[in-house]
Amino acid sequence: MNQQLLINFVYVLAATLFIFGLKQLSHPSSARRGNLLSALGMLLAIVITLLDKSIVSFEWIAISMVCGALVGGFAARKVAMTSMPELVSLFNGIGGLASSAIAIVALLANPSPFVAAVSVLALLIGNVTFSGSLVAWAKLSEKISGRPLLFSGQKYANALLIVMMLAAAVATVVYPLQPQWLWALVALSLLMGILVVLPIGGADMPVVISLLNSYSGLAACAAGFALENNLLIVAGALVGASGIILTNIMCKAMNRSLSHVLLSGFQDVVKSTL
Amino acid sequence: MTAIYLLFILILSVFVGFELIRKVPATLHTPLMSGANAISGISLLGALALAGSNNDLSALFGSLAVFLATINVVGGYVVTDRMLSMFKKK
Repeated sequence: MNQQLLINFVYVLAATLFIFGLKQLSHPSSARRGNLLSALGMLLAIVITLLDKSIVSFEWIAISMVCGALVGGFAARKVAMTSMPELVSLFNGIGGLASSAIAIVALLANPSPFVAAVSVLALLIGNVTFSGSLVAWAKLSEKISGRPLLFSGQKYANALLIVMMLAAAVATVVYPLQPQWLWALVALSLLMGILVVLPIGGADMPVVISLLNSYSGLAACAAGFALENNLLIVAGALVGASGIILTNIMCKAMNRSLSHVLLSGFQDVVKSTL
Repeated sequence: MTAIYLLFILILSVFVGFELIRKVPATLHTPLMSGANAISGISLLGALALAGSNNDLSALFGSLAVFLATINVVGGYVVTDRMLSMFKKK
């Protein structure tokens, strides 16, 4: 119990550091310090989590963390300044995939209705973030055309996909021990992410990445509900909420309407007369 | 009861998140996005507990999640710091 208390106390500290970090990140003079504060909070939280009693073996943790840190650190150091936004998009997608992997384990380990429901939510949002971010990355780095990709009947296809996805989600919550529904949900949500981002033009990608970033926060938040982890909920909600605000600010700065950017795949194509 | 208590935490954090960011100069949009993205790698904490369990399946998926989330956290903070260090020099 004492250990649990200590862990949660440090979590409070980490959450405070995240809040101050984000606050300072939004002012030019203190931005760099803000980023370091939030990194310090993350480090504290990771170190204290290793004291958790449910961790019985450390080999795989050590191996995965070292490999992850090497890959992430190397990519972040080597990337050219101009391609930083697409790297952020890639990192964001990877984070979303991590949340959805957690959700799958949480669901299989404890198929109670509440855990199943929040896990399904984390899985859905995490997967949409992953595949959406990959498309955004491909568009920004010009691996695929940056032009909006539209096909006729797209809005019907999207509507059908949403219905199928919701059905698979409900089926997964009701029958958590029948994995075919889970895998159907995984496939459908990945497809959803692709179809949501494809119709959006390359120039709008920063807004999309910011929005997907907000989603990955929400995915972490939902995973926090599944694992009953306070800090996951707090940090995820902070990123989710501030991400939405930032997306809105970015839209205004670019003279765009958020709903127009988001719903590109759900509208009939409007051709400019100019 | 736990669910309600967690919901309280969620609602309050959402309000803090909304209030946190008011005016951001355009040059800070990308670094702020990138810094927030690094924080969303917080799912690493959840992954750690799963990766260390003695159940094979959860250790496998957990380790994968630890690997992915570490990329997000470390890469996210380093790339944000690089962006911000470039602003200083200007």
